[in-house]
Amino acid sequence: MKILVCISQVPDTTTKVKFIDDFKKLDTTGIQWVINPWDELSLTRALELKDDASNNIQTVTVAHVGLVGSEPTIRKALAIGADDAIRINADPDDAYFVAAQLAHVLKNESYDLIFCGIESSDFNGSSVGGMLAEFLNYPSLSSVSSVKIDNGQFCITREIDGGKEIVTVPAPAVAIVQKGIAKEPRIAAMRGIMMARTKSLKVVDPVAVDSLTEVVKFEMPKPRAACRFIDPENPRQLIELLQNEAKII
Amino acid sequence: MSVLIFVENWDGKFKKLSFELVSYGARLAEMLGTQAVALSIGNVENSELEKLGKFGAAQIINAVNDHFDVFDGQAFSALIAGFVKQEGATVVVLSNNNSGKAIAPRLSVILKAGLGSGVSKLPLSITPFIVYTKVYSGNAFSNLTIKTDVKILTLAQNSFELIETENKAIVKNAAIDLELASVKTKVNEVQKLSGKILLTDADVVVSGGRGMKSAENWGPIVELAELLGAATACSRPVSDEGWRPHEEHTGQTGKIIAPNLYIAVGISGATQHLAGVSSSKFIVAINTDKDAPIFSAAQYGIVGDASKILPKLVEAVKELKGK
Ligand SMILES: Cc1cc2nc3c(=O)[nH]c(=O)nc-3n(C[C@H](O)[C@H](O)[C@H](O)COP(=O)(O)OP(=O)(O)OC[C@H]3O[C@@H](n4cnc5c(N)ncnc54)[C@H](O)[C@@H]3O)c2cc1C
Repeated sequence: MKILVCISQVPDTTTKVKFIDDFKKLDTTGIQWVINPWDELSLTRALELKDDASNNIQTVTVAHVGLVGSEPTIRKALAIGADDAIRINADPDDAYFVAAQLAHVLKNESYDLIFCGIESSDFNGSSVGGMLAEFLNYPSLSSVSSVKIDNGQFCITREIDGGKEIVTVPAPAVAIVQKGIAKEPRIAAMRGIMMARTKSLKVVDPVAVDSLTEVVKFEMPKPRAACRFIDPENPRQLIELLQNEAKII
Repeated sequence: MSVLIFVENWDGKFKKLSFELVSYGARLAEMLGTQAVALSIGNVENSELEKLGKFGAAQIINAVNDHFDVFDGQAFSALIAGFVKQEGATVVVLSNNNSGKAIAPRLSVILKAGLGSGVSKLPLSITPFIVYTKVYSGNAFSNLTIKTDVKILTLAQNSFELIETENKAIVKNAAIDLELASVKTKVNEVQKLSGKILLTDADVVVSGGRGMKSAENWGPIVELAELLGAATACSRPVSDEGWRPHEEHTGQTGKIIAPNLYIAVGISGATQHLAGVSSSKFIVAINTDKDAPIFSAAQYGIVGDASKILPKLVEAVKELKGK
């Protein structure tokens, strides 16, 4: 069995984002790039599945659509434990473009299980996983919090509004993961970092795909009014304000 | 031309988010000079379907099929795409909830239609079609142009007001010809959280952080929530410690919510926590540290010890409710 983990590169989650060019572009000065938190957890789960020899997993590959500048992020995934990597050499235009590029590469290489994150922390689109599955005509399970392998099938827990479902699905399938999929992201050890340098990172040329959407401008959130402090000795005043001023209770 | 709204049901019933979707779709149809068509898949009684009319759906397509107790993203997407084509819909609206997230991207590929995820207001412009979406986990917003003829939007929960009208909808029954073999997902077990207000549905949320110190101190949070008809939530360290169940974890890596009122008790307000709650209409913070970042996101704040303040709040709400 072979597993593919799709990874996206995002600004560190504590970044205070700023924009340049009249709010058309992200100001990347000083930004620390990291593996999207969900993808880091996917990779961790993929490696856990591989560690269990009974699952019979040969390789865990990571795939990424991005320019050469994102190679340190890919090397990090290799250092954490992925066996090899594919980088599709293109600026990720929109989710459709990214999914189409991944799908094109996957036409010639078959993976039994593909992990994607429920969203990337930059565009929060929740799109690539489902789109990729549709391009490949694979089933996709969304909001997944657990993946196990059982007799060549996947036993998956997914969240539904108001609970959870435990489902089985045959290979090949796309699992779009969220909280719970792994406890803590696995960290690269010294040996992993050394080994990462010699692992294969294949660079693939993109195919021509038109994006379907385009960000024309960014905006900053409207500043909230200053906080009104209430005397801690008289917290009932808060309830009065919520009732009479805010009118929400 | 029309706006097609996919309205999911829960055991044959709709809920607030369904009506938000229809209200949104109807307003959007008005902007486009066309009509809103609601699509329901599964077994829903007519009296329930008619409720959708009140929120502005001109037509309701009632696609009945017993096999749709299993939610299969692939099969649903194919099915909805068929209705989009049949109705000549130019915009498709879904919720940004678990099933919307499963269907919308697949639909985007089938129809080669651009997707705007998690919109919270009507498009900023129709030609070109520009929507307003949250990016960088709420630290910024984007104006996103959708360049294709057909557009797909997912609506953030609790972000659009309900608009009731005098309108009555026409219900059309539709047959579904779906090969069962195409449903690849097999459900083995369903675990429902029964009798609880769902965090994502709640209008009011009372949430505790590490400042609550231990699981035993949660009593007043739960009591306050019950009194306010609220759901309970927590910060990530709290669910990591096992003080509260994982379903309650809010933030970037947990649930993203937008209640009318979010009461944060003993929560510092880290960026990753705010990413999940910053769309709340009102935020109240209770914290011993007057410099805690949560106060810059809050409208009302109390600097003080939660263990002293919460019981007083509980008393005040009891008085208010005449209990
Ligand atoms: C990739 C990533 C993703 C993350 N995702 C999330 C997420 O989704 N959700 C999330 O919540 N966190 C997330 N975090 C963690 C986040 O950075 C913070 O560590 C976390 O939110 C802090 O939780 P807290 O506010 O409960 O605890 P703390 O930061 O420890 O704050 C406790 C607060 O309680 C106050 N306090 C102490 N005693 C009292 C008292 N008696 N009465 C009143 N107040 C008191 C203190 O002043 C303090 O402000 C993430 C982190 C990373 C790196």
